Amino acid sequence: MAKMLGPVRRAFQPWNDPSQPPFIEFRNVTKRFGDFTAVDNQSITVYEREFYALLGPSGCGKTTLLRMLAGFEEPSEGEIFLDGRPLTGVPPHKRPVNMMFQSYALFPHMNVADNIAFGLKQEGMAKADIAVRVEEMLRLVKLQDFARRKPAQLSGGQQQRVALARALAKRPKVLLLDEPLGALDKKLREETQFELTDLQESLGLTFLIVTHDQEEAMTMADRIAVMDHGRVIQVATPAVIYEAPASRYIADFVGDVNIFEGRIAHLENGGLTMTTAAGFTVEVAEMPQGVARPQAGETIWFAIRPEKMVISHERPPNATTNVIEGEVWDIGYLGDVSIYNIKLDSGDVVRATRLNASREVERPLTWEDRVFLSWRPDAGTVLVR
Amino acid sequence: MRRFTSFNLVALVFGLAFLYLPILILIIYSFNASRIVTVWGGFSTRWYVELMHNESILDAAWVTLRVGLLSASVATVLGTLAALALVRGGRFWGRTLFSGMVFAPLVMPEVITGLSLLLLFVAINFDRGFWTVTIAHITFSMCFVAVVVQSRLLSFDRSLEEAALDLGATPVKTFFAVTLPLIAPAVIAGWMLAFSLSLDDLVIASFTTGPGATTLPMKIYSQVRRGVTPEINAVCTILVALVTLGVLTASILGKARSPARTP
Amino acid sequence: MHALRSFFARRVVIAIPYLWLAVFFLAPFLIVLKISFSATAIAMPPYAPVFDGLANLWERVQDLSFDNYVWLTEDALYIKAYLSSVKIALISTVITLLIGYPLALAMARAPDRIRPLLLMAIILPFWTSFLIRVYAWIGILKPEGLLNQLLLSLGVIDQPLTIINTNWAVYIGIVYSYLPFMVLPLYATLEKMDYRLIEAANDLGATPLGAFWKITVPLSVPGILAGSLLVFIPAVGEFVIPDLLGGSDTLMIGRTLWVEFFYNRDWPVASAVAIVLLLLLVVPIVIFQKMQQRASS
Repeated sequence: MAKMLGPVRRAFQPWNDPSQPPFIEFRNVTKRFGDFTAVDNQSITVYEREFYALLGPSGCGKTTLLRMLAGFEEPSEGEIFLDGRPLTGVPPHKRPVNMMFQSYALFPHMNVADNIAFGLKQEGMAKADIAVRVEEMLRLVKLQDFARRKPAQLSGGQQQRVALARALAKRPKVLLLDEPLGALDKKLREETQFELTDLQESLGLTFLIVTHDQEEAMTMADRIAVMDHGRVIQVATPAVIYEAPASRYIADFVGDVNIFEGRIAHLENGGLTMTTAAGFTVEVAEMPQGVARPQAGETIWFAIRPEKMVISHERPPNATTNVIEGEVWDIGYLGDVSIYNIKLDSGDVVRATRLNASREVERPLTWEDRVFLSWRPDAGTVLVR
Repeated sequence: MRRFTSFNLVALVFGLAFLYLPILILIIYSFNASRIVTVWGGFSTRWYVELMHNESILDAAWVTLRVGLLSASVATVLGTLAALALVRGGRFWGRTLFSGMVFAPLVMPEVITGLSLLLLFVAINFDRGFWTVTIAHITFSMCFVAVVVQSRLLSFDRSLEEAALDLGATPVKTFFAVTLPLIAPAVIAGWMLAFSLSLDDLVIASFTTGPGATTLPMKIYSQVRRGVTPEINAVCTILVALVTLGVLTASILGKARSPARTP
Repeated sequence: MHALRSFFARRVVIAIPYLWLAVFFLAPFLIVLKISFSATAIAMPPYAPVFDGLANLWERVQDLSFDNYVWLTEDALYIKAYLSSVKIALISTVITLLIGYPLALAMARAPDRIRPLLLMAIILPFWTSFLIRVYAWIGILKPEGLLNQLLLSLGVIDQPLTIINTNWAVYIGIVYSYLPFMVLPLYATLEKMDYRLIEAANDLGATPLGAFWKITVPLSVPGILAGSLLVFIPAVGEFVIPDLLGGSDTLMIGRTLWVEFFYNRDWPVASAVAIVLLLLLVVPIVIFQKMQQRASS
């Protein structure tokens, strides 16, 4: 089931190959609406056949970037290039990109086939060719039997497919997806995520997706650009974003995380030891990124994901660092995993998860149990921002 | 992100100019010193002064005001009841006929409404005058009130009434404590609409009026047929000013009442 | 039915407006119907009494005369007046649509902050007296009026145009008076239209004009229909505008009815004219009613 790995294509890393020309390039792009700066002097490169995600909360500027590429907004400053050509001044209807709109923007007065054919008609394609292409698109999204239906007669998932087929019908160089799965329920969303990545690979297209859903970005994208307040704050593969976030903001935005503030006690063998404000000592195997030379006494943060901590009733033998003691405060049973909120003596609440690997546990954790949380020196990261 | 193009701007400017220039010109010429309406003879308020001494116009204005206030108030009550009957009345005998009667006057040509009411008053030997005009105005304006209130009744959340009943209020109490305050903006708007329709009406009043009950539009109409006069310009200016003031006040009050309502 | 659960209250709420409309709307209408079938006679009150019991109902029915209706078909004046009313109303409706559509579109595309103001600006003239708005045009359209003064001074024309007392003045009057009725329903449909549909059309290669014809116009058909009917229906029966702005040869049925009633004092014929006018309007009114129902459901 290699497919289930989705976008994890180890060989595909054009961003590490300096000879690869960028396919889409935002060069020092700024967009202002009145005195609000939606995008602040950003440069982004996307490579051909890449699945690139812009991830961030609403209002972070990700949609504005997408709309500038589609031509609905012109940059206030800077330039956008597609396949080496500048797009400045090119109106939307002349750009070789197509967009799948949030909530789809299907034409309500046209049936499914007419919606899909709309873009082809604008091109002046011959009628017979249009029919062939529409048929092909309907097959691609498995909607052959729905060609004569109006959008209102379709389910949300079917509408989403029509929108996809309509945007792909013109064989655009780039497909832009604006929160493409936001209107679907969870199960359908998960299915569609994999379908989209399969489609992207088999068609060999460049996809640029905008989403606020980190899970969506993680599942589908080759690379993710995390945005906040009009700036891209980290561009990396999903694994790097998750395991080595560049800042507390990203660590917190992508997935669950426990963050402890502390000071560097001393540096050693490429790692460091820190004392947290909560009163325990953390040993980390790696240096914080983004600072040239961390100094002892400097304030830093330690971030650790809930699943990377081990919960036990007894203190792990010989452990003096990377262990904390607390009381089970809250338990959330999710089926595959359970979430435990552990209240430390300092008052801080730490979240840890445990895989429910067997159906029955000999000595289950329960409320008010005294427990120990421990982790390996390479389980967490230190952050300076 | 809607795009407002220069074509849109041109359309807007021309459209609004078309709507407002005639009225503006009329207002400007009401301050014309010259008796010849289309020749500017300098600024003057003499027509307003003369107006103040024109007994017949003042009488007509007084009749119009009385008819308007009375008919608008009765029409508001009847129209609100009609809206309640339509929205909350459930099934009753002749419901289709009733809703037909509520909506028909909205599209009925005024000449027909006027003619038919006159024929009724003649048939039952009712002396025509102030009361017949008022009844006529109530009849057609209550339907406008009904439509305005009905749309409000249809749009508000029924669970509010259910909550009141659930908390122990009687149906009647629920109506006065919950329903009426909620539909109040529509009821007020309905009253204003009825009042303005009454002030405005020429045709129906002409049919149903009798001696001593000449309304202002009838007075204006008979003068206008004889030609444009600066005095009529002055009357019109005052009316426009009053209406504008009324509508603006109402909309400001309306805004103040519901500051947090999102569209 | 919660608010009206009390049986008595519910009855009263229904009965009061019901009775009022039955007495002052339905009954008068039936009287008009009745009189339109009574023998033609000049001067008032020439027709048989209305309420003389049901005893001689059959006699009454036998008395029914279609003379007035026959008369309407025999005198070309009436047919011409009906046709001319429809023609004038149609032309005015089309002109109103042509002026109103760009205006409504501009309002719908205007920035959020000023849209309520624009809406207010469109509604405000509607509150000012109809009569005043018609009257305002007399001073503008007269031979020595402001429009001619302006055009003469600009050198566009060297002779005053005769606009007042022609059908053109009537078109202008109707367009001016009923413009808000056209703009408001159009605005309502255009404003709630998802602008992303236009963007989607552009994105798929449609030019702005192409997107307008293929997306905006088809989607605003309900607004176009509603606005057109709201203009057409009252325009057909219009009296004030043709009377004040139109010429002696401007034939409109509302005016014919008025003349028949007030000057010729022929009540039965006036009633017959009214009934036919109403029949003329039944089709557009039913269409309108159907549309409203569909819109509210």
